Amino acid sequence: MAKLPKPQELTKIDFKPPETSWMDTPVDFRPGTYSYASKPESLEMIGFPNPRIWSPADEDWKLPENWQTIILDGLRDRLQRFRSLKVYMDICVRCGACADKCHFFLGSGDPKNMPVLRAELLRSVYRKEYTLAGKLMAKMVGARELTLPVLKEWFYYFFQCTECRRCSVYCPYGIDTAEITMIGRELLNLVGLSIDWVMGPVSACYMKGNHLGIQPHGVVDSFDMALDDIEDITGVRLDLSYNRKGAEILYVPPSGDVFATPGTYSLMGQLMLFHEMGLDYTLSTYNSEGGNFGLFTSNEMMKRLNAKIYAEAQRLGVKYIIGGECGHMWRVLNQYMDTMNGPAPSNLEVPKNPVTGTVFENARSTKMIHVTEFTADLLRHNKVKLDPSRNSNIIATYHDSCNPARAMGLFDEPRYILDHCVEWHEMPEDTIREKTFCCGSGAGLGNDENMEMRMRGGFPRANAVKFVKERHGVNMLACICAIDRAALPPLMNYWNPGVEVCGVHELLGNALVMKGEKKRTENLRFEPLPNVDDEEEA
Amino acid sequence: MKNAGIAAGLVLAILAIVFVGTEVLNLDAFFGILPLIAMAIFIIGFIYRVLNWAKSPVPFRIPTTAGQQKSLDFIKQNKIDNPSTKGGVIVRMFLEVVFFRSLFRNSKAEVTDEGNITYQWEKWLWLFGLCFHWGFFLTVFRHLRLFTDPVPGFVKAWEMIDGAFWVDLQQIYLTGFILLLGITGLIARRLYMDKVRYVSLVQDFFPIFLIFGIAVTGMFMRYLTHVDITAVKAVAMGIAGFNIGAILEACAMYDISVNFWFHLTLVCTLLIYFPTSKLMHAAGIFMSPTRNMANNNRMVRHINPWNPDVEVHSYQEYEHEFHQKMKAVGLPLDWDYDEEGNQLPKKN
Repeated sequence: MAKLPKPQELTKIDFKPPETSWMDTPVDFRPGTYSYASKPESLEMIGFPNPRIWSPADEDWKLPENWQTIILDGLRDRLQRFRSLKVYMDICVRCGACADKCHFFLGSGDPKNMPVLRAELLRSVYRKEYTLAGKLMAKMVGARELTLPVLKEWFYYFFQCTECRRCSVYCPYGIDTAEITMIGRELLNLVGLSIDWVMGPVSACYMKGNHLGIQPHGVVDSFDMALDDIEDITGVRLDLSYNRKGAEILYVPPSGDVFATPGTYSLMGQLMLFHEMGLDYTLSTYNSEGGNFGLFTSNEMMKRLNAKIYAEAQRLGVKYIIGGECGHMWRVLNQYMDTMNGPAPSNLEVPKNPVTGTVFENARSTKMIHVTEFTADLLRHNKVKLDPSRNSNIIATYHDSCNPARAMGLFDEPRYILDHCVEWHEMPEDTIREKTFCCGSGAGLGNDENMEMRMRGGFPRANAVKFVKERHGVNMLACICAIDRAALPPLMNYWNPGVEVCGVHELLGNALVMKGEKKRTENLRFEPLPNVDDEEEA
Repeated sequence: MKNAGIAAGLVLAILAIVFVGTEVLNLDAFFGILPLIAMAIFIIGFIYRVLNWAKSPVPFRIPTTAGQQKSLDFIKQNKIDNPSTKGGVIVRMFLEVVFFRSLFRNSKAEVTDEGNITYQWEKWLWLFGLCFHWGFFLTVFRHLRLFTDPVPGFVKAWEMIDGAFWVDLQQIYLTGFILLLGITGLIARRLYMDKVRYVSLVQDFFPIFLIFGIAVTGMFMRYLTHVDITAVKAVAMGIAGFNIGAILEACAMYDISVNFWFHLTLVCTLLIYFPTSKLMHAAGIFMSPTRNMANNNRMVRHINPWNPDVEVHSYQEYEHEFHQKMKAVGLPLDWDYDEEGNQLPKKN
């Protein structure tokens, strides 16, 4: 694996474009800046074409003989199926408003990370193949043939985009690079080009129900461990059920929160809250993942993975579904699930909070609500007893995860929860809410071999955290995304040592006063609570 | 810079053709009729492009949400930037088209020597863009005077407002200068900003040079050389009425200055070029799914006309594979299994 440069070296970013035109500047697969290729067994498991062992750094990518035809036919087909693609291929005026909005551009200075050029990689081929002007005067209109070097550029740059949609906020026409990248990746998949960190999770999730490929007994074990920890900390033993028919609610977390810290702490907070509210809910091992790496593969694959949620809700006969703290999962749930796998099974009803009576009209079709919507509603009705002083050693800031921000608009629900649990401060205005910056590791790029590019891509986010760290003494970065909770700790470690990462519900879990709990001395991380010694002295 | 040079060369070549055509070969009639051809190409091409886009369906509802969603009643929704109703979408689109709301948000990010990123409000692109588009629109509107007889009151009224300033006994139309300012600013950006120059193609320089040429030739006529307005009006009325006879008559009757032919032919070039090019963003914005859809995704199901049938891994298959492990940890099973692990018909 490539050696990671020091932060001081990384911020010496050269923003001067190269002397050569972008069309004549071939891609350089520099170690540390790209992801390893998908493994043949992953592709075989889900029936994807051209499974083989290969590496992006190889000269020969072992493509099928007629790969150009496959891709160009695929592009034509998608132009007929996606108006977004067709319009976005035609209307960009290259005004450059998007250029410095991309975290990968800001962290690398590579002009092809400007969203406009990322899209031009595809547009140039589109013009050559499908427009008269492109056929007649290629050079003038920026058209070029789909050659192997062009394909390699596609692979490098479509897997150097986290589909965060920040550029789309600034584009005067709303051109969405996520849409371009998603379709670009669909095309690459047609000839067997994808990365291991996407296709591994996709195939695991398809067969076993979660991205990590944990089997049913392993899922139960992990939850049991969380229950043991909760009991140690609070003295309260929770009772969980799995695959239980007749429960009112199906709760679907991202699997990252079940199997890895610091996500587990946030999951514990949610389980504690559900227990305290007396929710009649169950968990599914078959659908032990709300996340969906199919989103980073193709719309069909996304549908195949997402289908399990409604199928399981129907089998178990629940009334509605609560989804956990996960970013891209909520892009799928909010913008794709109902269209792809809906309408919701008839046993589902419009979600109604059994504690407050609130009916979630905003989810009246999908029948699925975000856990922060649920919790914010509880807090609003004063149904939750909290002792925020247990978080008094924490000064937090809040990171809006890309997808709940720009594909949903979930901004104030998590903030409302934070307001009740902890002292926290906003990062600078250009880096929050709809202008939030990606962690740099989304859309399947959070692998170790890609570490330099992750640190570069995460630089704008980290730099905003540094600002509030210096100004307010922030030591905790809260978020509502499982990929964030995997990606931000190494990012903070690299740029802002001393800042830890947590889910919003971890802070709630710390503060939550439970019936029958013992005197709490430790937070959910088994660290001493700040207010304990003081109380004893007093 | 090479791309800018080629684009400038193309515009100059058009001017040269006009000069030779009208001054040497006396083909005034051809250049007089050209607008009719250009108009036809513009209208047919424009409609064709829009219909062609519309042929492709919108499989998913993918608005870019730039504000708080509609959820709980105590949380205030941003009804413009995250609309959940058609009305909200209309307001969002109106603000986008009329005031360039997204560009107004534009910021400039820079990395300092200390390794920090700073953000500044970047107003120039928004300002030049707004000046150019509004200046252009109002100037074209003012030109209705030439294509109407009698001139409608609202055109005259606008002329009064637009031309409220007088300099040296000359009435100045402000919008023309605003247009010129805007287009000059946009050209300067494209030439002098590294990033924008790097991504600019010939097809990006060509239309702005063309429009710059239109503005300059127009103002030249208006303020410096003063063309024969009767002649211009005669040609214009012929164009407005799609009356080839009237155009030919006007061309034969008057000796119209080459400046006018420069101006008119550049406009024709723009009209012909428009539907083939990125200038179609004028229509495309209305069809952009990230901007023209409401974020009511969880309230109303959106239908994908080609929603594909896909292979899924069913619970039955999953249970079959893992039933022993599931049983061992006490998970309920839907099926019974024989000794070899074969799934038996469903219970009850």
